[in-house]
Amino acid sequence: MSDAFRTASGGRIDRARRLAFTFDGRALTGFAGDTLASALIANGVHLVGRSFKYHRPRGIMSAGSDEPNALVTVIRDRARQAPNLRATQVEIYEGLTAISQNRWPSLDFDIGGINDRVSPLLPAGFYYKTFMWPRGFWEKVYEPRIRAAAGLGRVPEGPDPDRYLQRNAHCEVLVIGSGPAGLAAALAAAESGGRVILCDEQNEMGGSLIADHTSSIAGKPAAVWVAETLAQLTAMPRVTLLPRTTAFGYYPHNHLGLVERVTDHLATPDPGQPRERLWQVRAKEVVLASGAIERPLTFPDNDRPGIMLADAAHAYVTRYGAIPGGRAVLATANDSGYRAALALHEAGVEIAAVADLRQAPSGDWLDAARRAGLLVETGATVTGTTGRMRLASVSLARVDGEGGVGGTREIGCDLLLMAGGWTPSVHLFSQSLGKLRFDETLQAYVPGAAPQRIRVAGAAAGIYDLGSALDSGFSAGAAAAGGDGKRNFVVVAAAADTGSVLGSLPHDRDPTKVRAFVDFQNDSTAKDLKLAVREGFRSVEHVKRYTTTGMATDQGKTSNMPMLGILSEAQGKTIPEVGFTTFRPPYTPTTFGNFAGTARGEQFDPVRRTPTHAWAVSQGAVFEDVGLWKRARYFPQRGEDMHAAVLRECRAVRAGVGIFDGSTLGKIEVVGPDAAEFMNRMYVNPWTKLGTGRCRYGIMLREDGFVMDDGVVGRLAPDRFHVTTTTGGAAAVLNMMEDYLQTEWPDLRVWLTSATEQWAVIAVQGPAARAVLEPLVEGIDLSAVALPHMALAEGTICGVPTRLFRVSFTGELGFEINVPSDYGQAVWEAVYAAGIPHGITPYGTESMHVLRAEKGFIIVGQETDGTVTPDDAGLTWAVGKAKPDFVGKRSLSRSGMMDANRKQLVGLMSADNVTVLEEGVQIVADPNQPVPMSVLGHVTSSYLSPSLGHPIALALLAGGRARHGETLHVPMPGGRSIAVQVVPPVFYDPEGTRLNG
Amino acid sequence: MLLIPCPYCGERPELEFRYGGQAHIARPENPAALSEEDWAGFLYMRDNEKGVHAERWRHVHGCARFFNVVRDTTTDRILGSYKAGETRPETLR
Ligand SMILES: [Zn+2]
Repeated sequence: MSDAFRTASGGRIDRARRLAFTFDGRALTGFAGDTLASALIANGVHLVGRSFKYHRPRGIMSAGSDEPNALVTVIRDRARQAPNLRATQVEIYEGLTAISQNRWPSLDFDIGGINDRVSPLLPAGFYYKTFMWPRGFWEKVYEPRIRAAAGLGRVPEGPDPDRYLQRNAHCEVLVIGSGPAGLAAALAAAESGGRVILCDEQNEMGGSLIADHTSSIAGKPAAVWVAETLAQLTAMPRVTLLPRTTAFGYYPHNHLGLVERVTDHLATPDPGQPRERLWQVRAKEVVLASGAIERPLTFPDNDRPGIMLADAAHAYVTRYGAIPGGRAVLATANDSGYRAALALHEAGVEIAAVADLRQAPSGDWLDAARRAGLLVETGATVTGTTGRMRLASVSLARVDGEGGVGGTREIGCDLLLMAGGWTPSVHLFSQSLGKLRFDETLQAYVPGAAPQRIRVAGAAAGIYDLGSALDSGFSAGAAAAGGDGKRNFVVVAAAADTGSVLGSLPHDRDPTKVRAFVDFQNDSTAKDLKLAVREGFRSVEHVKRYTTTGMATDQGKTSNMPMLGILSEAQGKTIPEVGFTTFRPPYTPTTFGNFAGTARGEQFDPVRRTPTHAWAVSQGAVFEDVGLWKRARYFPQRGEDMHAAVLRECRAVRAGVGIFDGSTLGKIEVVGPDAAEFMNRMYVNPWTKLGTGRCRYGIMLREDGFVMDDGVVGRLAPDRFHVTTTTGGAAAVLNMMEDYLQTEWPDLRVWLTSATEQWAVIAVQGPAARAVLEPLVEGIDLSAVALPHMALAEGTICGVPTRLFRVSFTGELGFEINVPSDYGQAVWEAVYAAGIPHGITPYGTESMHVLRAEKGFIIVGQETDGTVTPDDAGLTWAVGKAKPDFVGKRSLSRSGMMDANRKQLVGLMSADNVTVLEEGVQIVADPNQPVPMSVLGHVTSSYLSPSLGHPIALALLAGGRARHGETLHVPMPGGRSIAVQVVPPVFYDPEGTRLNG
Repeated sequence: MLLIPCPYCGERPELEFRYGGQAHIARPENPAALSEEDWAGFLYMRDNEKGVHAERWRHVHGCARFFNVVRDTTTDRILGSYKAGETRPETLR
């Protein structure tokens, strides 16, 4: 409960609302308005994490989303554990439970810290160099161990119980960032009357102005101007203010992804609210006012707890009233460092020394610092620090004009402020494919040409001066809204300064012994970068990946520019010559739940159910997913496994009659005067002479000659075809038909209609099929003469209109009853009832597969894989050779397609007559040949045939048709192999007497 | 996500569309007359434009029509669209 590290008053915290929270089990308190980081600082807690690679003790470095060190896990319950949150962005609430990461067993005593002592053994590329051998060890041994030791948080133990919602929004102007430029832009844009969205990642709007106690705008203190401006914007009905909302991704055509954190800051979230909300915004114009990030300094041991960005320290004192140290040293290359030092000084922090890296700085801030009695040393640098769990001292030295370092002295302190100048936050601009330009004066990349409708204002554009930032924001907002409004804000503020450093600071230490961190989260150092350059890495993209600099969860927000500076020195190139790495979404880590939204569990995908689904459920069917469809796979009776059920179902079909739901088959009605001509062009088969009331097995190729789909096609009338497709191919077939019809043959008078959902298909198959159906059907003669195999007729069944096909995918006498879907279950139940005296047996897709394999009927996608021609599949008989052209015909006569050694469909029988082959296994001539073996083909389907009592398989085999009778081998794991005999692919009733019965 | 101007329906989000590959690859009138090499060219050879590219899209979850779009592949900027069968307007080159 101690407030030893709080200012007496001031800041944006609510001192009347004290909140209890725990960090690593320690009970602490803070105030409403605190972040976890500010509350920890107010409690004097500075050691908050261990670094990724060396397990170095680390503290809080920043006050925002650029934080590389202070990653924590926030725990609400077993399933609600969010890892890798930046303590600088976590708002505390009553009862917040947070733990540190990457340490074991505890933050103070961490076994992994040994890595720090052996660090000479862990240079850049250490993982790449060390864990290369033996092959396979990376996945199985090294990576899991490295991850376990490192532990960037842990995955929650249950599925995410929270809800995430998604929302689409459109606006004339989207303003990203609510600092001075963003607020001015929103004001200007809102005045146009259009829809304006203003978002900011922080809980409070105002950006840099929130913590600004010295500036005034339009005669008012900055904070007052912010409050009034926000009130004005809130009152405008077409303006949407979104605090706690991060614009994380900028996509083509001004499509942006925003994540609004709705309940994470609440002690007891309203269950009616989502945890987060994904806004997909399509903005006519975007104003990017994302500000700038302060640069850390690169000097030896620059990573101890207590070493902090100066601007962050300023924010902790002025915004949160949290005092980050008792005795501080400032190392600065920019006037803004003085602002922080003075604010700390006013809060009672002793400023032990100021090391200004510049040789001859001057200006208002410097004068103010001197007036306040601060000891300013110019031309100075930091050469090192001490202190294990907290900073204890810093070494300062003088730098002469030539870069020589001398006169080192050590100063005791517990806080070191780094002010290395500013880096504009151009991440989203870069994501928008905008080109970046290196500004020599600013020593920073700033936005250049923009291919999308985006304007950049304020510090993000390198405009640091408060008045200019406001003006630039207003102009950008007005222009984005289609106007040309300008405003000159009357501002009283210290002049901004562009001083900055890039690269590592000079020092007098042994360069092989010291480490100056560049990427704090991934533990990459200046030495690592220089080593990568010595090892021959030239491209900045390669150096980045090799050293992992900028590849941590903070995406290099604080490390990219220092990296470029060091590479520039090491390679002797200018910064633009070094090049730049690409920024990609997301700007900050984004919860997966946002992208899933409500599409999870039952709502992950639509489910398609056939008209007889409910009946199959009532019969205890086991279902399988086929695309989006639920299909009955088998109908187990008491105690049966799948094998037993399939055996029984298949035997019933062969001996009596079975009933099967084929409703998932794709159906396309092809209609019009040119329907037959269209079919001639789309399918390999000849259609002109197919009579009305007759069917044909159709094969469709892609233009490259390979089988795309198959199915029975019936001719209902001279100008009307009922086309069926495979279950999975329906949409693709219709798409391809439409493609040719619309773009190649728009002159054909043909219309295509998908009828898949309109027809229920009830297959009745087996010797007793006719006997079952005859009493139910009216207007159709079912006799073999009137309705032979591959015929169809229209009439009624049970009083319901039907298209009745005499077709068989089982090899038995068979019918497929098409009735309108709404009648599907009623007709099914009537047929089933009529079949009971005949022992009618429902069968599922598994038995269907076995029955058709016994007959050697292919399944597209099982026997074919996109490289199979009709001839390969033994279907040459179906090809209309007299036709001048059809899709894919020209390809069939390419030389490679006529090779006699192409893989062809064959049957296989296991030589022992017992072993059922595994589908997908390879076939070889000599199983004793060395690995890798010369492979002749592979098994596509394999079952124990219930009708024949022995295993059967279909296979694609090189030159297969010429190999009938040969014995080949299937090698199996463990050196074993199975001998197989090559046979024709039709195992059952090759003459087709049963089917024609 | 692109905003694609369907010539029949207007601008719609990319989710409603399906990509159809390079535009203006007409199927040869008489494929049998083509050499093996020319046929392979028709089947497989496509431009890999870095810059302005004419491509086919289908408004599959809308009017279901195929049409042509001219898009800059480096910036995703869409210069315009026109119906299938129409020649590429001079303004879209
Ligand atoms: Zn359309």
